Amino acid sequence: MIISVASGKGGTGKTTIAVNLALSLSNIQLLDCDVEEPNAHIFLKPKIKEKIPAFIPIPEVDETKCNACGKCREVCAYHAIAVIPPADGEKGKVLIFPHLCHGCGACSLLCPQKAIKEVNKEIGLVESGDSGDIKFVHGRLNVGEIMAPPLIRQVQERIDPSRTVIIDAPPGTSCPVIAAVKKSDYCILVTEPTPFGLNDLILAVEVLKKLNIPFGVVVNRSDIGDDKVDNYCRDNGIPILMRIPFDREIALLYSRGIPMVQGKPEYKEKFRAMFNIIRKGRS
Amino acid sequence: MIIDADSKIIAEKGDTMKICITSQGKTLDDQVDPRFGRCQYFIFVETDTLAFEAVENPSAQFSGGAGIQSGQLMAGQGVKAVLTGNVGPNAFQTLTAGGIKIYTGISGKVRDAVDKFKGGALKPTENPNVGSKFGMPGKDK
Repeated sequence: MIISVASGKGGTGKTTIAVNLALSLSNIQLLDCDVEEPNAHIFLKPKIKEKIPAFIPIPEVDETKCNACGKCREVCAYHAIAVIPPADGEKGKVLIFPHLCHGCGACSLLCPQKAIKEVNKEIGLVESGDSGDIKFVHGRLNVGEIMAPPLIRQVQERIDPSRTVIIDAPPGTSCPVIAAVKKSDYCILVTEPTPFGLNDLILAVEVLKKLNIPFGVVVNRSDIGDDKVDNYCRDNGIPILMRIPFDREIALLYSRGIPMVQGKPEYKEKFRAMFNIIRKGRS
Repeated sequence: MIIDADSKIIAEKGDTMKICITSQGKTLDDQVDPRFGRCQYFIFVETDTLAFEAVENPSAQFSGGAGIQSGQLMAGQGVKAVLTGNVGPNAFQTLTAGGIKIYTGISGKVRDAVDKFKGGALKPTENPNVGSKFGMPGKDK
């Protein structure tokens, strides 16, 4: 079973939920798919055993074969190519903007002159190892790179189907989030009872409905803010899986990089209970 | 003859050149659009006759690559100079590759911008003057 942990709003506690759920269960693999800013390792302190560079294919143009016909530009869905037509006796030229390239391969496949080949560009690293009994994998996107989804997919190639897999997703509702949650059987949406939390929760709910992934909500810092998140969940039949209060001790543990179930073991039962709700809800 | 602010001759007497001004509307009396890649209209002007054509920017709503594709449009139209408010790094690279001169910091009416250009009061830019995604909706100017 694959459970992803996501949230519309950032900073609501995705990593806290993912890490502590992992530590409360057995036979777990945790994938940190927030490749722009992975932080589950700060709490799990895994021993990294393997580091594999991640690549995306980007086009390279053979200028001797290229006649600047413009087909590559036309087929590029990401507007990553410009073709300057020949003018004033100068030969036409192709400009490639690698940061916009998604590595789809359309330009090289459809070039009538067969002038484009794909070359690998390194965008980050996939690191894996162990944290106690937990199998750990995360991706690290290189500074300056913006193409998170291909790296997220490469992290997910390491999914171990013999284990319960927990995916820590990036915040928001854009492409990296879709890439991270797409394969999951269930998604835990972490929110906080504030107007911002609610606004972004609603956006995340819309995404999951489109993707047809069952989901429930964890309300973090549940004793602050107002009751609008509760009302929204009730009115829309969304289960609230767990509530975590705004607790100084939890904040203190967090600030020291200690998972809350290690400092407050009574929470293990709550995380297990949440897992059982999720598991039963599926069967 | 058109001379730029560095006293370089950029068009001989009797010659005309096609330039493009980013605009918020379809006429020479509309305001210059401060964005290049995501401007509302491109106004292509022949410098001698002031004959012009306004084209709605097909890239204005792109999530990425608007500057590149707008630069591409300029190169495809045979434009020699672009007058606009701001230009980002990708648009700058594309325009430069197309041998197109870029004049930033332009505001006011399109017609006045053309006059200033013809009068040699403008100096082409050597660098992009804003970062990527500057013209995205919702971004503060």
